[in-house]
Amino acid sequence: MIHARSVPRVWRERVRKYRLIGGRCPNCGKLVYPYRPACPYCGSEGLEEIRLAEKGRVLSYTVIRHPPSDFKGFEPYIVAIVELEGGVRVLAQLTDVEPREVEVGMEVVAVFRKYREQGPDGIIEYGVKFRPTRG
Amino acid sequence: MRKVYVIGAAATPIGEHWKLSLRELAVRALLTAIRDAGIDKRDVEALYVGNMSSGSLQGQEHLGALVATWAGLAGVAAFKVEAACASGGAAVHQAFLSVASGIYDCVAVVGVEKMTDAIPFDVTASLMMAEDQEYVAFTGTTFVGLNAMVYREYMRRYGVEQEDVARFAVHCHKMAVANPYAQFRREVSLEEVVNSPLIADPIRLLECAPVGDGAASLVLCSEDYLKRDPRDELIEVLASTAATDILSVHERPDLTTLNATRRALEKAVKQAKIEIGDVDVLEVHDAFTILGVVTLEDLGYAKRGEGWRLVKEGEVEPGGRIPTNTLGGLKARGHPVGATGVYQVFDLIKQLRGEAGENQVEGAELGLAQNLGGVGGTAIIHILRRVR
Amino acid sequence: MKFSTTVGIAGYGGYVPQYRVKCEEIARVWESQRAPIREKSVPNLDEDSLTMAYEAAKMALRMAGVEPGRVGAVLVGSESPPYAVKPTATVVAEALGVTPQVVAIDMEFACKAGTTAMILAAGLVASGAVAYGLAIGTDDAQARPSDELEYTAGAGAAAFLISRRIGECVALIEHAYSYVTDTTDFWRREGQRFPSHTFRFTGAPAYFHHVIQAAKSLMEEAGLRPSDFNHVVFHQPNVKFPLRAARYLGFSRDQVKVGLLSGDIGNTYAASSLLGLVRVLDEAEPGDRILVVSFGSGAGSDAISLVATKKLSEKRSLLRRLLDRKVYVDYAKYSRLKRILGWGW
Repeated sequence: MIHARSVPRVWRERVRKYRLIGGRCPNCGKLVYPYRPACPYCGSEGLEEIRLAEKGRVLSYTVIRHPPSDFKGFEPYIVAIVELEGGVRVLAQLTDVEPREVEVGMEVVAVFRKYREQGPDGIIEYGVKFRPTRG
Repeated sequence: MRKVYVIGAAATPIGEHWKLSLRELAVRALLTAIRDAGIDKRDVEALYVGNMSSGSLQGQEHLGALVATWAGLAGVAAFKVEAACASGGAAVHQAFLSVASGIYDCVAVVGVEKMTDAIPFDVTASLMMAEDQEYVAFTGTTFVGLNAMVYREYMRRYGVEQEDVARFAVHCHKMAVANPYAQFRREVSLEEVVNSPLIADPIRLLECAPVGDGAASLVLCSEDYLKRDPRDELIEVLASTAATDILSVHERPDLTTLNATRRALEKAVKQAKIEIGDVDVLEVHDAFTILGVVTLEDLGYAKRGEGWRLVKEGEVEPGGRIPTNTLGGLKARGHPVGATGVYQVFDLIKQLRGEAGENQVEGAELGLAQNLGGVGGTAIIHILRRVR
Repeated sequence: MKFSTTVGIAGYGGYVPQYRVKCEEIARVWESQRAPIREKSVPNLDEDSLTMAYEAAKMALRMAGVEPGRVGAVLVGSESPPYAVKPTATVVAEALGVTPQVVAIDMEFACKAGTTAMILAAGLVASGAVAYGLAIGTDDAQARPSDELEYTAGAGAAAFLISRRIGECVALIEHAYSYVTDTTDFWRREGQRFPSHTFRFTGAPAYFHHVIQAAKSLMEEAGLRPSDFNHVVFHQPNVKFPLRAARYLGFSRDQVKVGLLSGDIGNTYAASSLLGLVRVLDEAEPGDRILVVSFGSGAGSDAISLVATKKLSEKRSLLRRLLDRKVYVDYAKYSRLKRILGWGW
């Protein structure tokens, strides 16, 4: 088992993960997820914390058929680059959808789901996934 | 800045070396390279060990001191150098800097990776350490998955068929037949490639570089060192450059180009005072067929969205316009991740020395190797020239 | 039971996962003739009672239009929390932005835990201790394969934001009655994966006794009769029991039908009667009186009577749409989703 089991590591990121907390660069105006000390695009510091939109579109996706150790049992599952309203991109799983139903450009909405467990006696890690909006 | 030369090069074949440990592989390549250089091993002042996953897969760190000890070199300055799959290139770069700066006169590099002791799920997890653990690996994506998303976007944007990208693997396998160091020495057909099992849609098994064990090693020295030990033929390192890009590919504005490659290349051609058209033989980081194709574009050999044409039209063959991965590349020669950057330089040297056998590029004098870490989070480029 | 100050529901929400497995499919596998319901809901591999609780609670908060920071209590009723020790309430509160100043707790009383959460939230709000209280009933019910409960054990969640600002409430709580005895009709010992249950005993001495006593006692105390109600929702372990309880108490088929969901989603345990309430609120008219009677094994019933306000015509949930968004699975996929055949490790 590879995953470095750690409670503090998960705890530290929980709010950014649960509430999709990104950053807005005061200089170039671009949004980034997760929030971080410096803008990856222009290098400026002092980003403003911002709760990102919960709706977006699929930019690209793949179907994971050979998972890493922590995700054994979930395969096949879909991972996608989702572009949220506001232009920021997030990497997340798509859920409640079959691989053959996914299309680039598909509208999706954020949902709160389980990502993995640190073993049968370890903690459970939750986060945001996306499912098709379906009208 | 002083000139830097490669005077020794060696490697183990790449494969599943059940009987050889990480340290044994490293030492075997290192001592052979020192012998190849024809020098007294005590002349080596520093050792750079390129490796990505010794910690996660073997529980072993401090490779500098470990390999030095087992090679009978305890005492030298020694380090593990890590930059994901560019660890090998990074180790060569550090070695280059140490000689070019005038600090050391003679140093050794060994890139080594031992991947086959671990179970596949753990190897997959370990390779994801090249990416953001909290926000990318957390999604359960694999390294193949990230490249798959790039591949899908590339095909969509440029209207390219998967066959045309997949052909890169066919080329590499063809080249590896003549390479005794290669992990796979049999040809594969395009049909085989596109029908092989899906790993992460749309990437198929035969489009992915394999998991394997191996070590490659170089001995680098300064011009001053050569004054005491002159040689008729030399390989000069004309350029050694490195650059990064935004780590996570999904955060970059354009998924279909690797800025790190372009940045490293710009610095490299300036440092070497060459143009890309001068390159006789090329090694690109084809961890996946899509990366091979995109790299040909990023290096300027093809327009965006057209890198695959060079493969289709045979321009990447030894007789073509830009002979590429002529000893199998990552796909067929193999990709023991942290060692690859050194294997690429080793393969270039084989060509520059005229030792490439059936795939020899006539009169090869100038070679360029591009080594990537992650999905282009890091790119390292080396340009070598044969000097008489 | 009356509260010292009138409190009501400022926002509500219900969540049911998209997968369904038909009773006839389960019966096909076990070669039986059981069909207590048509089909039941099945959560995805990445869902559990916690994720469902969050979705329902998010809807309730959003409908109420209340700043998360003003929620002073999060009470989660469930018998299938993902942790035996570590409350769902803390994760839901953190994810909603309600933390850190909040009374949070997970509670267990089988299928009655959700309505009891509502009563306790109402108490906290009515007393002025907190401004808003979130009461959630959520379950991803487990049942031993081939056991009769497998045909009905479903999954879902419902959440209600309780407030004492009458003007923003879609329904006001007018009366409550809780009836409890030590009656073990259904139980699960610590460390056991699946629950155990009695058979005929679950009827008269358990479900019916408590439901009827709670409903009768509430009506007596409040001076109400069945005809005073527009809708009645009972705990729904199947379709038969709530219909029989209604008949016995003197309610008509029309009064029961809007809130009767078990035929299509199964028994969602702590969410069962509450999801029925969500559906009723989605269809009720201002002024309608609603009776909710839960039943939790162990055993007990909460009877709560509410009156819909004018505000209801402005705020509705979209549970109907969620219920229509369904994807059928066969037993093979169902057994994978419920991890019946084991898991990765």
